[in-house]
Amino acid sequence: MDSVFAAIVQAPEDPILGVTVAYNKDQSPVKLNLGVGAYRTEEGKPLVLNVVRKAEQFLVNDQSRVKEYLPILGLAEFNKLSAKLILGDDSPAIQENRVATAQCLSGTGSLRVGAEFLAKHYHERTIYVPQPSWGNHLKVFTMAGLSVKTYSYYDPETRGLNFQGLLEDLGAAPAGAIVLLHACAHNPTGVDPTVEQWEQIRQLIRSKGLLPFFDSAYQGFASGSLDADAQPVRMFVADGGECFIAQSYAKNMGLYGERVGALSIVCKAADVAGRVESQLKLVIRPMYSNPPIHGASIASTILKNSDMYNEWKIELKAMADRIISMRKQLFDALTAKGTPGDWSHIIKQIGMFTFTGLNSDQVAFMTKEYHIYMTSDGRISMAGLSSSTVPHLADAIHAAVTRAS
Amino acid sequence: MASSVLSSASLSFHGIHKGKSNLGGINKGKIDTFIKSKCFGRISMVAASNVSRFEGITMAPPDPILGVSEAFKADNHELKLNLGVGAYRTEELQPYVLNVVKKADKLLLEKGENREYLPIEGLAAFNKVTAELLFGADNPVMKQQRVATVQGLSGTGSLRLAAALIERYFPGAKVLISAPTWGNHKNIFNDAGVPWSEYRYYDPKTVGLDFEGMIADIKAAPEGSFILLHGCAHNPTGIDPTPEQWEIIADVIQEKNHVPFFDIAYQGFASGSLDADASSVRMFVARGMEVIAAQSYSKNLGLYAERIGAINVVCSSPEAAARVKSQLKRIARPMYSNPPVHGARIVANIVGDSTLFSEWNAEMEMMAGRIKNVRHKLFDNLSSKDKSGKDWSFVLKQIGMFSFTGLNKAQCDNMTNKWHVYMTKDGRISLAGLSLAKCEYLADAIIDSYHNVS
Repeated sequence: MDSVFAAIVQAPEDPILGVTVAYNKDQSPVKLNLGVGAYRTEEGKPLVLNVVRKAEQFLVNDQSRVKEYLPILGLAEFNKLSAKLILGDDSPAIQENRVATAQCLSGTGSLRVGAEFLAKHYHERTIYVPQPSWGNHLKVFTMAGLSVKTYSYYDPETRGLNFQGLLEDLGAAPAGAIVLLHACAHNPTGVDPTVEQWEQIRQLIRSKGLLPFFDSAYQGFASGSLDADAQPVRMFVADGGECFIAQSYAKNMGLYGERVGALSIVCKAADVAGRVESQLKLVIRPMYSNPPIHGASIASTILKNSDMYNEWKIELKAMADRIISMRKQLFDALTAKGTPGDWSHIIKQIGMFTFTGLNSDQVAFMTKEYHIYMTSDGRISMAGLSSSTVPHLADAIHAAVTRAS
Repeated sequence: MASSVLSSASLSFHGIHKGKSNLGGINKGKIDTFIKSKCFGRISMVAASNVSRFEGITMAPPDPILGVSEAFKADNHELKLNLGVGAYRTEELQPYVLNVVKKADKLLLEKGENREYLPIEGLAAFNKVTAELLFGADNPVMKQQRVATVQGLSGTGSLRLAAALIERYFPGAKVLISAPTWGNHKNIFNDAGVPWSEYRYYDPKTVGLDFEGMIADIKAAPEGSFILLHGCAHNPTGIDPTPEQWEIIADVIQEKNHVPFFDIAYQGFASGSLDADASSVRMFVARGMEVIAAQSYSKNLGLYAERIGAINVVCSSPEAAARVKSQLKRIARPMYSNPPVHGARIVANIVGDSTLFSEWNAEMEMMAGRIKNVRHKLFDNLSSKDKSGKDWSFVLKQIGMFSFTGLNKAQCDNMTNKWHVYMTKDGRISLAGLSLAKCEYLADAIIDSYHNVS
């Protein structure tokens, strides 16, 4: 019998998550997964934070807990605490009730809901995304009904920020266009603007009436400080203007698979925020009705309990510090080997990822000969490295760079 | 700080002024009126820049189903009764976390497994047991690997994945939904961009199934339409086809090369038996038909807030199933990347352990049993208190969590305004929210509304 689904072709593996699929198939004992951005310990194991286990024990012990549907916008307490985390406890925007927040499915879900809302209610349907950006951004925004353009961001020559290009491209954007900004620890490059550069970006965006949409997936993970990593977002909110913020707790609380995140829309007026909230529900209800309770309850428990909050900060800083240490070790190893090229970007870049500057041929070589798994754009997840595996990676990079092409 | 605000405001004012439609359709009318009515001074510059770009957004109405609970909460009357959303309540009208779920939660905490991202298609162990639960573990389609199963965000999320697949690969194809059906179905297909139309289902004269109308409408639909069927315990009516009627429905669907698309949110909850409640789906599959089936564990495992369900597509070959699964993944990735792990592990642990599975079956029989008891009591009260001779037996014949009372909107308003009984305006009451103790009160309310309000 001919299938009704005969016309459906095999979709390719997702380029990022597909790396782990390929890694899993490899039998080599020296294989290294530097693909997806998931933190690993020095022993190369996934980490469940102690404070997360504590929070879960607390929740399980609470006999009054039920599993009733959350409201469409999610756990109210989580939403308030999440907004405070990114905007600051004393944020006037929060005090003035100008922030509409919806618990969503981690960063992806927050971006998608925000984009669907914009496609439905905003007159400008173009979103400007940095070049390069997280691989899933293009699909998320396109599926939501927005059209995607890029703005200059990464300079391959300096392996740093192409600031002039960024200003030019955003300067040429139509007034009101949406601009995606990585709040900190740019993915995949690890290249962030300086505070001074952020201020210039802010002025340009405000002067053109562009709408900033922050993707905040690494708050606390970049520098080790939650407040420092929130500075760019807070600068924008301090000027009284509007913005969208997608938050993820996948990395900073290690809650990856629980899918915990929030979308906050900072509006100019409280009554606007109220109406925006009501319309967000209409986007969410036909997508999944209401969000999952487990992860948000864990996050909420941690955020509202000052002892747990402090424990979290300590564990978070430890993760961030280990990554910074891996950067230094890799840089030192390449320097010691005399690998041709300037590798200082490894220690200048920030966050989970390093944009090595390796091309796709070199990446393919490293995978084939050294069983190093990474995305073909040359991005490596520092979180997947340990002191014992740095030498193997350094060997692989050295071989890839020095081989005759 | 103040001067930079003004300078950016004056720049944006020029932006507004230069290009007439710079602020687009939503705000344009307001800004134009504003500019015409004020002088072009500093005040107008600052004020214009203080207008939100979302000023034109209107307040959305509350969700017709979920909004009922909100209204109920706001009511302080001591006799108030919430028969709105389909969430199971105990006789004491308290939410219920199944004992077997509490056990599973503790077990998970003890196991201390990691929280890594699931694959896009979800937890493999869950996908395996959920398909087995629905189709039967020894169903040939399982062995032949002809089922594409992807973990979804409960029923809603699973339906949405299938809807997006239909939109992408069957452009122009229609989904036929029953009249009436769960209120959120049309929203899902609308947002997914899938056209839909209705097939007759509920007959208000008999408070039963309009079978002839249903068959006629399915026959009349363009070939290759998707027919949305409730596997058991139809929501909102509680009226299910008989096994004989299911066979005829399958005949017609096969004749017209339609695709049967099952929504199974109450497996085990309708009759108390997981297998019995899956018989309609299994019959279609046994005929060799390709079938789409969305599952939810919200009600039968009480996992409402964990958002755990699955979309299954039974294909004619394992190759087709693999391709379909890959495309479902492609739809999920830009929506939420990968599904939440917790609920999936609970289901996998319970269904995968024979002791826990038996315990589950027992608790489910208990829940379904309580609802059957409540139906009987309500029927008894209605029959004895209503002197008009109206036939209330539909309350007994309907199955599952809901009863379609046949009350119209005005009568439903009376139920709420006079009697503080909260229900959806289509006349649906959730028996899961009714206790034996409150049956008499409810009977009074229904009788009053039916006879005294038009």
